[in-house]
Amino acid sequence: MIPKAARRLSRSLTHIVLISICLMWTVPSFGLLANSFRSQRDIVTTGWWKAFKTPFAFTVDNYVEVLTGHPEYGKEEALENRRSILKDIVTGQGMGRAFLNSLIIAIPSTLIPILVASFAAYALAWMRFPGRDLLLIIVVGLLVVPLQMTLIPILRLYGVLHLAGTFLGVWLAHTAYGLPYAIYLLRNFFRALPRDLFESAYLDGASEFVVFYRIVVPLSIPSIASLAIFQFLWVWNDLLVALIYLGGTRDVAPLTIHISSMMSSLGENWHLLPAGAFISMMLPLIIFATLQPYFVRGILAGSVKG
Amino acid sequence: MYMGSALFFLTVYLIYPIVNTAYLSFLGKGSKAFTGLGNYWYVFTNADMLGALKNNLLWLVLFTSITVSLGLVIAVLTDKVRYEAAAKAMIFLPMAISFVAASVIWRFMFEFRPAGIPQIGLLNALLSTFPGIQPVAWLVNTKVNNFALIGVGIWIWTGFCMVILSAGLKGIPLEILEAARIDGASEWQIFWRIILPMMRTTIIVVATTMIIIVLKVFDIVYVMTNGNLGTEVIANRMYKEMFNYHHFGRASAIAVILLLAVIPVIAFNVRRFRAQEVVQ
Repeated sequence: MIPKAARRLSRSLTHIVLISICLMWTVPSFGLLANSFRSQRDIVTTGWWKAFKTPFAFTVDNYVEVLTGHPEYGKEEALENRRSILKDIVTGQGMGRAFLNSLIIAIPSTLIPILVASFAAYALAWMRFPGRDLLLIIVVGLLVVPLQMTLIPILRLYGVLHLAGTFLGVWLAHTAYGLPYAIYLLRNFFRALPRDLFESAYLDGASEFVVFYRIVVPLSIPSIASLAIFQFLWVWNDLLVALIYLGGTRDVAPLTIHISSMMSSLGENWHLLPAGAFISMMLPLIIFATLQPYFVRGILAGSVKG
Repeated sequence: MYMGSALFFLTVYLIYPIVNTAYLSFLGKGSKAFTGLGNYWYVFTNADMLGALKNNLLWLVLFTSITVSLGLVIAVLTDKVRYEAAAKAMIFLPMAISFVAASVIWRFMFEFRPAGIPQIGLLNALLSTFPGIQPVAWLVNTKVNNFALIGVGIWIWTGFCMVILSAGLKGIPLEILEAARIDGASEWQIFWRIILPMMRTTIIVVATTMIIIVLKVFDIVYVMTNGNLGTEVIANRMYKEMFNYHHFGRASAIAVILLLAVIPVIAFNVRRFRAQEVVQ
C-alpha cells in the first residue's frame, strides 16, 4: 500500500492543478465582463483588475452606445428619452440591428434542417427502399467534408439566382450544412426506439406518417431538443457562412460579422468590444446555463461532426 | 418522399459543389481556361501558401495533442473531486460562445503596452510583476503569435475533448479500477495501464475530430490577425484567394487539398459506422 502522506500529497496536487486550470478557463471571460462595465477612459488606460478598488465606477454606457450606435446616449441626460433609444436599438446604426439579424438567421436555420432531417432520419431508420444503405454511408461521409469545398459553386449559383446577401440564401445554406449531422444523429436516436412499438401500430392499421408523427417524434423530443440547441448555437456563432453568403451589409450582418468588423477598425471602437462581445454571448450563455445536459448530450451522441 | 427534401439539399449544396470545386481547381483565374495542375503547383510553391501550410501543420501538432491530452487529464482529475460538475462547466463554457467572442476575450488578454506604461492585458501585467522581464507583443511578435492563436483554440476546444473523454472514462467498469487499487496499483499505474488502453477508441475519435477542426480553422485567425504577420492558415488563404484576388481556381485547389486531407477520416468514420451497424 502507498503511504498515507503520499496519498494526501497527490490529493492536494489534484486540487491545485484542477483549480488553476479552472481559473485559466474563467478569468479571461470574467476580465472581459468587468471591462464591459468600465468607462472608455478606464478601459484603455488600466487593466480590468483595477476596477475592483473603491470607489467603484461601473457604468452601462458601453452597452447603450454599442446597441444604439450613438455615443451621445452614453451621457446621462439623453437617457431621458427612452423610447427613441429603443427605436435606435432596432433600426439604428448599432449592434441592436445585428442582434436581430442573428435571430432572424438562427431561428429558421435551426427549424428547417430539423424538419427536413427528421423525415429523412425516419426513412433511413425504419423504412425499406433501394439505396438506403448507400445513402446512409453518404451521409456519414459528408459529416466531415470541409465547408470550404462548397463555397465557390454555391456562391456562383447564388449570384445567378440573386440569393447572395439574402436571409433566404443563408437559411438554405445552413440547412444543407447542418443536415448530415442532423440526419445522422436523429437516425441513431430513432433506430434506438424499440421495434415492437411500430409493429403494433402498423398492425392496428396506422399509416407510416401517423407512426412518425404520433409515435416517433413525441418519443424523440429530448433528442430533437439536443439537436436544436446544437444547431442553434452553431448558427448563432457562425462567422464563415454569414461572411460568404451575406456579406457585411448592416441590414443583414449578424453579431459575429459586426464584432469582427469592430475589431478590425480598432482604436475608436476598442472600448465597445467587451460590451459587444458580451451581448453576443448572452443568449448562448443562457442556453448553456439552463439546457446544459441537452447540449452535452447532443455533442456526445455524434462526436464526429466536423 | 420522406427523403426528398433532404436529397435536394444534400445534392445541390454538398455533392454538386464538391464535384464542381474539384473541376474548377483545374481552371484558371476566370474559371475558363484549363490550366492543368497549375493551381496545385502554385499552392505548393508559393511562399505565402507554404507559410500557411506550415502554420497549419504547427496547429495540427500542437492543438490536437494539447486539447486531447489536457482534456484527458481534466477528465481524470475531475473524476476524483466533489466539485466535478462545476469544474467541468467552467472548462466547457467557451464551447458555447462564438470564436469571435472568444477572440475578443483573448485580444484583451494579449494586449500589449511598451515597457514602463501600465499594462492593460492580464498576461503582460503578470509578466511585469517579475523584475527584468519585458512585456511581449503576443500577436505581433512573429516568434510567439502563432502560439498565442493556437492557445486561444486550445482554450475553446479543450472542454469539448473533456466532455467526450469524461463520458468514456465513466464507461470503464468500476470493478476493474477497484480491483487494481486493491492489488496495490498506484493512480499513476492505473492511468497508464488501465484507463489509457481502455479508452483508446474514444481518444482516437476525439483526436480525429480535433484534426478536422484544425484543418478548417478560420475564425480565430481571421478575427485576431487576419493572417498577417506570418499567422495565415489554409482556410484564411482560401478566403483571400476568393474575395481579395477573385482567383477561384486557386481557392478551389486549396479546398480540394482540405478535402484530400480529411479523406482518411471519412474512411475511418464509414468503417466505424459499418462496424456499429453490424453489432446492432
